[in-house]
Amino acid sequence: MSEKIGIYVCHCGSNIAGTVDVEEVARWAGKNVEDVAISRDYKFMCSSLGQSLIEEDIKKEGLTRIVVAACSPHLHEKTFRQACENAGLNPYLLQMTNIREHCSWVHIDKNAATEKAKALVAAAAGRVRHQRPLERMYVKVNPATLVIGGGIAGLQATLELADAGYPVYLVEREPSIGGHMAQFDKTFPTLDCSACILTPKMSEVGQHDKVTMYTYSELEEVSGSVGNFKVKIRQKARMVTAADCTGCGVCVEKCPRKVVDDVFEVGMATRKAIYMQFPQAVPRIPVLDTANCTYFTRGKCQVCAKVCPTNAIDYTQKDEIIEVEVGNIIMATGWKPFDCKRIPQYGFGRLANVYTNMEFERLCNASGPTNGKIVLRDGKTEPKSVAIIHCVGSRDTTTNTYCSNVCCMAAMKFGHLVLEKTQAEVYSFYIDVRAPQKDYEEFYQRLLEEGMHFVRGKVAEVTDAARQPDEAGRLIVQVEDTLMGRQRRIPVDMVILMGGLEPQADAKEIGLKCGISCSMAGWYTERHPKLDPVATMTDGIFVAGVCQGPKDIPASVAQGAAAAARVAGMITKGQVMIEPIVASINEVECSGCRICNTMCPYNAIDYDGEKNVSHVITALCKGCGTCVAACPAGVISGAHYNNEQIFAEIEGVLWDAHGNGAATEKEFVPVAAG
Amino acid sequence: MRYAYYPGCSLEINAAAYDHSVREVADLLDIKLQEIDDWNCCGATEYFSQDELTACAVVARNLALVDPQIKQLVAPCAACYLNLKKTDRLMSDFPEMGAKINQCLAAGGLHYDPGRVVVRHMLDVIHDDIGERAVRDKVVRPLTGLRVAPYYGCQVVRPIKGCDSTEYPMMMDNLLKWLGAEVVDYPVKAHCCGGHMTQISEPQAFELIRRLLQSAQDYHADMILCMCPMCQLNMDGYQARVNGHFNTQFNLPILYFTQILGIAFGLDPKKLGFGKELVAAMPVLTAKLNGKLAAAAV
Repeated sequence: MSEKIGIYVCHCGSNIAGTVDVEEVARWAGKNVEDVAISRDYKFMCSSLGQSLIEEDIKKEGLTRIVVAACSPHLHEKTFRQACENAGLNPYLLQMTNIREHCSWVHIDKNAATEKAKALVAAAAGRVRHQRPLERMYVKVNPATLVIGGGIAGLQATLELADAGYPVYLVEREPSIGGHMAQFDKTFPTLDCSACILTPKMSEVGQHDKVTMYTYSELEEVSGSVGNFKVKIRQKARMVTAADCTGCGVCVEKCPRKVVDDVFEVGMATRKAIYMQFPQAVPRIPVLDTANCTYFTRGKCQVCAKVCPTNAIDYTQKDEIIEVEVGNIIMATGWKPFDCKRIPQYGFGRLANVYTNMEFERLCNASGPTNGKIVLRDGKTEPKSVAIIHCVGSRDTTTNTYCSNVCCMAAMKFGHLVLEKTQAEVYSFYIDVRAPQKDYEEFYQRLLEEGMHFVRGKVAEVTDAARQPDEAGRLIVQVEDTLMGRQRRIPVDMVILMGGLEPQADAKEIGLKCGISCSMAGWYTERHPKLDPVATMTDGIFVAGVCQGPKDIPASVAQGAAAAARVAGMITKGQVMIEPIVASINEVECSGCRICNTMCPYNAIDYDGEKNVSHVITALCKGCGTCVAACPAGVISGAHYNNEQIFAEIEGVLWDAHGNGAATEKEFVPVAAG
Repeated sequence: MRYAYYPGCSLEINAAAYDHSVREVADLLDIKLQEIDDWNCCGATEYFSQDELTACAVVARNLALVDPQIKQLVAPCAACYLNLKKTDRLMSDFPEMGAKINQCLAAGGLHYDPGRVVVRHMLDVIHDDIGERAVRDKVVRPLTGLRVAPYYGCQVVRPIKGCDSTEYPMMMDNLLKWLGAEVVDYPVKAHCCGGHMTQISEPQAFELIRRLLQSAQDYHADMILCMCPMCQLNMDGYQARVNGHFNTQFNLPILYFTQILGIAFGLDPKKLGFGKELVAAMPVLTAKLNGKLAAAAV
């Protein structure tokens, strides 16, 4: 008995109809494609009316196969499958063909685009005839979650899930959680003390009975798929037994070896070889930096072990690999600061009193190298004027083209702090002043009232080459003031470079471990930039915070909470649907060569030694088809993508070339070859 | 490796020291320079300010004359370098213009396919093609104690990108380090020397030159090294005029980087063109290098 195919060609408003003659495509399909019972065109197939059309037709006309020619399946395959299901038709008896992204949006020639759309519809119809009903599979979702990154986004996600009663494993690379926010002085626009609003969250996470924290740890390996991931975490050796350490700090106090702290203090202060990153560190357990420890490098000392009241120092400690099982993973790995040495004309690293934004945060911070006094590198001179240069390493074709989102506000914050703490004049050199969020514009107005000078122009150079006597001994900012229309040379004492935000150096590598990719700029790719910013193309892996793109603290917190909510939803539902588009091996014909075992990128094929055959683990299979192609005996088939279906699709696309197959009427004159 | 050699007009007379030192150094480093037969003037800035098509055609003639077996062309003069590179670039970015230029060349029985010849500057040939190891190996007289200020000028680092950083180039700094010299990191190494402003408006030009000399002096450089005949002429030839104009006492030798390269390689200063400069270099060199130089007096 032949099938009854229903064809629905969507206008998508003018998105498709503007280039493709959709009425013609529907008319043509109805007349020329085999087994077509109904062929319609409609303005918006994805609307509830559009879906009802399909549902009614299935019920009334007894349709057995559906073809929807519209936008990308990524957007609405689910919608139309649901419509089929509502009408009692198996959802895998639908084929969606993309005549928008693949046709109307990439062509200008209307005739050619219409002919192409016809070919695509014929292909889909050819294929759908060979499709078979498939049943969905469900796997349980492990209620535990892995959060990678203990900055503000990761902390927020952790707390939301833990407070909801679900276990969370939090992995943080640094010895303490807190991220970059722990380094800041004040936060804009409220001028809250950063540590004061951060540390309560850090404490909560540290003490939460649902949270297992692995600090000074790295993500080693991830396997499995949504609902069931197996994760290996490398907990690096602190040389301190956590269970015995009380965090008293005597070891740090007595350690004789000082080292420049180029992580937390950005090179502006020293720490000891055994150290805690900052006073409010969580966990309050020190780390021994073996590369700089006198005992480890020269075999002498051991003072820390001698003074520790609980004998918690353990020089023999080794890295440990810990395995956990989780249902979902939230990546909140954050960012690293732009290296201002890459823009040498601004003098960072060469001219003493040129600071980066991170250095200045530490300078202002009451627990920083100068106890919060704003002074020059000599440690005592207060600047009489300060220049703040925006967009260093951002909005720049030679370094990073994107805008780093937070620097304009941070620059204003710095301006305010300088004006508050010193008598200095403050000059800000900007391309645009970006203050879009709540209360940000008001903050800008406040700075204007406080007397901060805003000069619109990209600074050409910061130099100490004086041209006039009054420039001698100072740093000169050379800039074109575009509002005045003049070149200006402004002598200052201190320059602050607003360095941009960059992805972590190993973001791509870590992303690959979880199976997610990065954009060209290196930020993790979200599922949809507007409508799905925290999910990724890999089910079960979510992103939150700056690792997805530069953003401020409120936005990072919001994304952390959003990712947690998504995960909580999956945990509540308890199970997740696995698409039945998987491979299956014909065990009777399999010779046990195991070529497919090694080729599978998801480790979804195992081998039965007794029967000497390979076997697909359906829960892990992603239906990529690699094994189907690799099998030398051709005994593996991919559901929903078998040879019959693929060949039928090819014949459909070439309907006009051979005159038979899916269509019967030749209305197109093929271009002569050669 | 073989390169076509385009000396340009300045290197014939004014900047003969540059030409001599280039040839001497190339010989030692086994850089085979084959001078283009019957080359013509590149037009410097003058032609291009008059008529772009004519100017390009005039430059393209040189490119067309390059031996078909040779793929790279070396021009020690910055202006020649820029004009040659610019013309090649214009011809490939704008095929219509390229076609017109080839029409002009056809009148002389010549033709040039843009991109066939890669235009290089002597500095980047030594820095990139010869490289650190080979240069260090040839140093017989390390320039220890000599404080040198590398001066890049404009035209090699801008506007065409690719040869070194546009804002803070380092090739000459690196090269001088390989010779054992103390490289002065002063802030104006890629600031304009004024170029032809000396012909048009002396006060403006003198100010630009003064800034360079002042900065090098502030940073206690013994000498400034150039990679362009115009820059060398401006800072050396006009140094006395600048002194007169501003009442300064600059006495900085201005040399070509290949001359200093030659000294480090133990070559004869006479053959390297020493003595042609107006602000005498030998006294400074002999003092700084403790008299250990080739005996030939200048």
